[in-house]
Amino acid sequence: MPLGLRDRLGAVLRRTAARLGGRLEQIAGAAGHGADASEAARETADAIEEVLLEADVGVAASERIMAAVRHAGAPRGGLQLRTRVQREMLEILSSPPSAPPAAAAPRVVLVVGVNGTGKTTTVGKLASLLRREGCRPLICAADTFRAAAIDQLAVWADRAGVDLVKARPGADPAAVVFDAVEAARARGRDVVLVDTAGRLHTRADLMAELEKIGRVASRAVPGAPHEVLLALDATVGQNGLTQARQFFDHAGVTGIVLTKIDGTAKGGIAVAIACELGLPIRYVGIGEALDDLLPFAAEAYVDALFTKAW
Amino acid sequence: MFDVLGNRFRDIFAGIRGEVRLTPAAVESALREIRLALLEADVNFKVVKAFVSRVRDRAVDRAVLDSLTPDQQVVAIVRDELVALFGKQQAGFAAAGRRQRVVLLLGLQGSGKTTTAAKIAHWLSRQGRRALLVSVDIRRPAAIEQLSVLGGQAGLAVHDPQDRESAAGRALSAVELARADGFDTVIVDTAGRLHIDDELMSELEEISAAVDPTDRLYVADAMTGQDAVRSAGEFHRRAAVSGIVLTKMDGDARGGAALSVVAVVGVPIVFSGSGERLEDLELFRPDRMVSRMLGMGDILTLVDRAEQAAAEQQAEQVERRALPDQFTLEDMRRQMTVIGRMGPLDQVLGLIPGMGALGGGAQIDPKGLTRVAAIIDSMTRDERRRPGLMNGSRRKRVARGSGTSVQEVNRLLKQFAQMRQLLKKVQSGAVGRRSQARRLRQRMRIPGALAP
Repeated sequence: MPLGLRDRLGAVLRRTAARLGGRLEQIAGAAGHGADASEAARETADAIEEVLLEADVGVAASERIMAAVRHAGAPRGGLQLRTRVQREMLEILSSPPSAPPAAAAPRVVLVVGVNGTGKTTTVGKLASLLRREGCRPLICAADTFRAAAIDQLAVWADRAGVDLVKARPGADPAAVVFDAVEAARARGRDVVLVDTAGRLHTRADLMAELEKIGRVASRAVPGAPHEVLLALDATVGQNGLTQARQFFDHAGVTGIVLTKIDGTAKGGIAVAIACELGLPIRYVGIGEALDDLLPFAAEAYVDALFTKAW
Repeated sequence: MFDVLGNRFRDIFAGIRGEVRLTPAAVESALREIRLALLEADVNFKVVKAFVSRVRDRAVDRAVLDSLTPDQQVVAIVRDELVALFGKQQAGFAAAGRRQRVVLLLGLQGSGKTTTAAKIAHWLSRQGRRALLVSVDIRRPAAIEQLSVLGGQAGLAVHDPQDRESAAGRALSAVELARADGFDTVIVDTAGRLHIDDELMSELEEISAAVDPTDRLYVADAMTGQDAVRSAGEFHRRAAVSGIVLTKMDGDARGGAALSVVAVVGVPIVFSGSGERLEDLELFRPDRMVSRMLGMGDILTLVDRAEQAAAEQQAEQVERRALPDQFTLEDMRRQMTVIGRMGPLDQVLGLIPGMGALGGGAQIDPKGLTRVAAIIDSMTRDERRRPGLMNGSRRKRVARGSGTSVQEVNRLLKQFAQMRQLLKKVQSGAVGRRSQARRLRQRMRIPGALAP
């Protein structure tokens, strides 16, 4: 992990971590001195469940975590219970596979999601991140629907110092993707980052459009799209799971970008998604500046959720 | 969007219905289910706790347990408490109290402020008002342009003062222009911001101070989770929010967060957005939403939409023709146009009681409607008025003309015959559309499960 990355994520998450962790410490302390040990343990479990629910981890995933923890035997005090919960969450978050290996060139990366999750911003920041990592990315403006989306992306392309391939508003997004791949090949770019229009996962017609984009991309480069990132707003609730499932089914999502984690929302739904669908969190967005996108670090994330002092 | 929650409630109540007498244990298990359903719907966990304990207090009352219809009593209690959670406030704009209305839209990034701004301007223009839009989002790239494009597409007035650089300055410029040019409303689209971003929250206070808004609407994404209460609360603390606009209601989010925000922050939901078209904005009606959550459909919204859509059409004609004997394929075609105006078909169907129970997943193919329209359009006037004329060779001709198959033409004619039959049943005794609506309203006062 690059230097300082863990610290930055930590600083962002600290706001919420202090309060959450503090509450858990309190719970753990009380549990240790309880008169009735089993009653105290039950109270601790309830409190931990509440922390998980408040972080949007959801009922099913929370129950699964708590069950796994209980399975390990009766905990000695609240602190041990907490450590076990942490370990279980880490397990869930780090089990999905990491980034798929780059096979063909150019590699095609689609960024998809519902409206307003931060796809355009993510594409801009991702281009910059990849450039810093030594790649030569190209941005494709396949959101031809939302007013001024192309202009917004143009500003980001400019900031990141990468080329932008675009078409007129209202053009067929799949055609733009095809053109972008051709352009990348001609200009010797190794990654094509595709910004798609926001769509609610309940709109069958728009989900079919995503499938078409994928099909057309695979005609341009074998195996494309090589990566499909679902931009997920950290404030999203249990609906995030439905979104992920639908985008997984229709667009073959391979990973999650958790955006807007700089608020007080903890994006616990990503834990539920990792748990249910085995999708890894690949990046987290922590602000509106060009370098405010970080590779996800499961350990730092779980620590931030559960630890008082960073 | 609350449909999924509605389904959960239906299951829970179906479980209770089996009991002859309600035992405290049965109540307890139903309450556990209700708690889960609410949590999965993103209702804030503190709100859930309070809600469940209130329902428990009322449900374990002897009078309820001993009554002959305990299940219906519990449904009624849950319904009451849900309505109480949503509050009783009226939707839409409160009286401005002065001639010029200034509406400030605020909220987190990506909640849908810009789209909502254009929708509200459109909504006002349909009420005969003149609204001036202004974007003061000087941060997000192309945000100002997005509003200009949206406004341009819909013929709405958008002000873009090139000489003002600050957000407050841009807002003030719009208010001044509106006063000079006779706009009665100014809609200010602000930049998305996090509630913990002190600098930007101060900017909001500056804008407020500059233009003294009559309405401060917090735009909230219906898909938000547990954090909704915290961010809405913080916005309320800093900017005295007067109402909430709930967006992206056309998804399948269960919207419990919205419920929580109203319950905790105490600010009413005034509008809800349910699509990407400018027309997709509705006044929020808490009682209807509760009916929808409990799986009773939202007939009143449907009636509203039908009235609105039909008003643009020759409503009279449709109504008269709806009498079964006079009902022809021409009328069916006309009604399809009207239905098309009520919004996307799957949305409209979602409002019909019982359709939710068909399992939500039923995908309606909007192209199917287009094909039916093509078939009818390919008939002669006589054929449309007297479908009995349609013999084999006519059917073949129509199929060719509409680019469909004879089977599809057959299917349509069969459906039409069934529709006529159905109309005969429905219309026996019916006088007109208005009285039907009135009867529906009366029926809606009492949930279907609560027979008098």
